[in-house]
Amino acid sequence: MSTSQRVLPGFRLSLGYSVLYLSLIVLIPLSAIFFKTSLMKWDDFWSLVLSPRALASYKVTFGSSLIAALINCFFGLIVAWALSRYQFLGKRFFDALVDLPFALPTAVAGITLSTLYSANGWVGQYLEPHGIKVAYTPLGIVVALTFIGLPFVVRTLQPVLEDLESEVEEAAACLGASRWQTFAKVIFPAILPALLTGFTLSFARAIGEYGSVIFIAGNMPMISEITPLLIVAKLEQYDYSGATALALVMLVISFALLFAINGLQWWTSRRGQR
Amino acid sequence: MFKKSLISLALLAASSAAIADVSLLNVSYDPTRELYQDVNKAFAEKWKKETGETVTIKASHGGSGKQARSVIDGLEADVVTLALAQDINEISEKGGLLPANWQARLPNNSTPYYSTIVFLVKKGNPKGIKDWGDLIKPGVQVITPNPKTSGGARWNYLAAWGWALQKNKGDQNKAKAYVAELFKHVPVLDSGARGATTTFVEKGVGDVLIAWENEALLSLKELEPGKFEIVAPSESILAEPPVAVVDKNVAKHNTKKQAEAYLKFLYTPQGQEIIAQNYYRPRDTAVSAKYAKQFPKVNLFTLSEFFGDWPKANKAHFADGGTFDQIYLPR
Repeated sequence: MSTSQRVLPGFRLSLGYSVLYLSLIVLIPLSAIFFKTSLMKWDDFWSLVLSPRALASYKVTFGSSLIAALINCFFGLIVAWALSRYQFLGKRFFDALVDLPFALPTAVAGITLSTLYSANGWVGQYLEPHGIKVAYTPLGIVVALTFIGLPFVVRTLQPVLEDLESEVEEAAACLGASRWQTFAKVIFPAILPALLTGFTLSFARAIGEYGSVIFIAGNMPMISEITPLLIVAKLEQYDYSGATALALVMLVISFALLFAINGLQWWTSRRGQR
Repeated sequence: MFKKSLISLALLAASSAAIADVSLLNVSYDPTRELYQDVNKAFAEKWKKETGETVTIKASHGGSGKQARSVIDGLEADVVTLALAQDINEISEKGGLLPANWQARLPNNSTPYYSTIVFLVKKGNPKGIKDWGDLIKPGVQVITPNPKTSGGARWNYLAAWGWALQKNKGDQNKAKAYVAELFKHVPVLDSGARGATTTFVEKGVGDVLIAWENEALLSLKELEPGKFEIVAPSESILAEPPVAVVDKNVAKHNTKKQAEAYLKFLYTPQGQEIIAQNYYRPRDTAVSAKYAKQFPKVNLFTLSEFFGDWPKANKAHFADGGTFDQIYLPR
């Protein structure tokens, strides 16, 4: 089908605009990272990005982002389920609350969370006697990342859950399915693509997070140091190419991961259609 | 709505043009916020009296290194007042905005005020901390920011190192062992000095905060009176935050005269008085004597006594693979 047969006008113009806009806002800044890094010697690059501290920081960054995204998937699904399926007092209030992590400056979130979870904080004082240290440990990072990632899962799942037709469930019930079977065999496959999207968004957001983590992580080298902090440390030493080298590694890993998850999502949605 | 905001914009522009003949931008670091509020007001009044010209001074505050990078990348600062000479060196070297000999242009290596590194402990000093050696006693937790990300933290680190050097008659290995042990007592490495102060003061983490004296005095007065006290170690470092006119930018703005007068004002008795009131140690002997009670007695050693200069200190201690990295090397 050629473009001139489209019903709506302006394909060429809007495509041109999209390409220009994406280049200015996304492609050019990102290619600058490649360019800056290319000024580095090959050996220096590898010894920097594979240094023990860098490797430990990737583990912390990607590991805690993954855990946080998984937690968000589980609890985000429950929240979205409750908000879209039931009527209860204060529903609108809770619905609005979900968006709060979007709007709050992340540094504020970080400071608030670390105050709550530190040894003399409201929550921390009850956890610490049981040997659970949250603030200034990797666990604190997970808490911060869970907080900032929650809205992504809830907001992607909610419309899908609301659109699910109740006839489908009624049919399942008529055919003798238990409530659990209805959920596992009817509802869950339908919302899986949206759940994966929510997971991806929450994961991607967590990888790049700096503000909230820096206040709760404790930032101990090899233990709770995230890669964005290492990048800032490089900048602080005026080592621009070192900083961009680490940024490049993060970019490549994130891109590969997001690409894989998107592929998985595409695969599940296609399977769902059949 | 749109029209209304346009009108108010125009009014604002007109009014600011009428008031401000000249404006200066002072790019500074975090803990000088209060100091320069007072200095700017006093200087503007004095300049108006002497020349009839109205000068407005804007100040930008942030981490010292970050501020230096903004200036290199094009933030048009007329003057810079930063935490480390190294940061201004970089502006000279990487940005080419002022000559390499900038530090010789004003008295006292271009540092109109100085400070030192002291300890802030909880009231009554429950862990009995008196000197650097007490920081590595079992069970003592120390709060200091990360020297990799905070200029102020580099002074802390070098102060500890210098004390250990003196204690061990110049033995670098013993000094390193002491500093390594010290950082084993650090449970949280904040990215900046204000963050470390918050961790210690607000969240109650740790037993002692290694801090700039002016920050410590300020927290004593402003945060929670009666909850903390200052302990002065026997020896500490002479911390010199330098100031400089940024030649290329003042030439562009035609503000050389005002910018130079602004920095010279810091050295006048009036300027020194404001400095002392904001808990920085003044250079002027008369002012210094007047405020002597405010500052605890500490023997001060200079950076050059033990570490040469900033490029050398940076390379040995804070660059990749330097002593700070070695402390956290995986074993």
